[in-house]
Amino acid sequence: MVKKQIMPKWFYQMASPKWCYQISGKLLPIFSISALLLLVAGVIWGLLFAPQDYQQGNSFRIIYIHVPSAILAQSIYLTMAIAGGIGIIWKMKIADMVAYACAPIGASMAFIALLTGAIWGKPTWGSWWVWDARLTSMLILLFLYFGVIAMYSAMEKPENAARSVAILSLVGLVNIPIIKYSVDWWNTLHQPATFTLTEKPAMPVEMWLPLLVMVIGFYCFFASAMLLRLRNEILVREKRTSWVKQLVSES
Amino acid sequence: MIRIFWAELSKDLLLAYRRKGDLLNPLLFFVMVVALFPLGVSPAADFLSQLAPGVLWVSALLAALLSLDNLFKADFEDGTLEQLLLSPESTYVIALAKAVAHWLTTGLPLALLAPLLAVMLFLPSHAIPTLVVTLLLGTPTLSLVGAIAAALTVGLKKGGVLISLLVIPLYIPVLIFGASAVQNATQNLPVQAYLAILGAMLALSIVLAPFAIAASLRVSVSS
Repeated sequence: MVKKQIMPKWFYQMASPKWCYQISGKLLPIFSISALLLLVAGVIWGLLFAPQDYQQGNSFRIIYIHVPSAILAQSIYLTMAIAGGIGIIWKMKIADMVAYACAPIGASMAFIALLTGAIWGKPTWGSWWVWDARLTSMLILLFLYFGVIAMYSAMEKPENAARSVAILSLVGLVNIPIIKYSVDWWNTLHQPATFTLTEKPAMPVEMWLPLLVMVIGFYCFFASAMLLRLRNEILVREKRTSWVKQLVSES
Repeated sequence: MIRIFWAELSKDLLLAYRRKGDLLNPLLFFVMVVALFPLGVSPAADFLSQLAPGVLWVSALLAALLSLDNLFKADFEDGTLEQLLLSPESTYVIALAKAVAHWLTTGLPLALLAPLLAVMLFLPSHAIPTLVVTLLLGTPTLSLVGAIAAALTVGLKKGGVLISLLVIPLYIPVLIFGASAVQNATQNLPVQAYLAILGAMLALSIVLAPFAIAASLRVSVSS
């Protein structure tokens, strides 16, 4: 009996480390070049040409780092948990490696978001840190990343670490909606979301357009950093296979 | 299914009863941590009564955390855990029974001991029922969520600190709502909303956590 395939063909091809290595090699330059272009353009546009805020003056410009890194910190966690879920359900090695590649990038994004938030908070709120809902839940997200990284370093066998981390990140997924909606649920100091899919941003076009460029640039940066780590991890874990040996001997 | 639940629960309770030292340790820890605050911060009554809800909740949380390490350890080391997972009975029910046994031996005594410590910290007496109710609603969630981390780390040699790293981020929401409820009760403000959220978290973790515990146990045993 032929087993029915529920997912598209590329999904199953992805399970092959060799195929994945080749495809990611083609995708990597696309993402890294667009990340470079978008980030340079976004930084110059945001820092030099975007208009000043009428209340906050120039200090608001840190938004061009703060918002993208905060969005990324959550998206990367989601990616990690979904990859972990795929790893548990389909026993796919590549998904485990994607989750592994995501963890430190996500942790650094969460850290950058908290750090830039603190720097931004000083001139606008008058303090480096307030215990408000969104800051606290972002801090919890950073702790969750630390837990995941600690788990990876505690387990010796990568297959077991991958499954443990997948369970852990799926349990921690509860936190993502809390971060997302904390600003709407609790009436706190932090301003509401900058971007929503359904409404026009409250900022003028000249301000949010460079921000959008930065957000896309950050996503491209994440994609290229993740693919670099993924390719490295594929080579390390598949070092006994013939195609990796051939690749090493050719280079 | 109910039979296996009772069998597992009564086995764990009997084991806990035979090792009374393990039973007492979290309670002693709870009392000692609470005693540190008047000594370390300030013994003034009005200050302590403000601090009391948070201190009691944090100390109870840490005491529950401390006892997690032993939750599956003995069963893992003598091979009982492997036999339980190999048996045809539902792992979900076994995981639930283990978490309930953990709560009966740590969370419940902590909640019952809390009024005494609340008096020592000058918590207004009208807030004490709320404190006990929040602990009764919150500590089972702590046991269930903590059991996931205990199951994940049971096979590791250096599980002790790792467990805290994994579990504390997941405990924070319970702590926030538990402590805020008591805080509101001290000022005669309504607490039903907080209790409802604590109850919702408990309901969610009773339904979902045993799946994660069972899956984690399988990972730990197979490694």
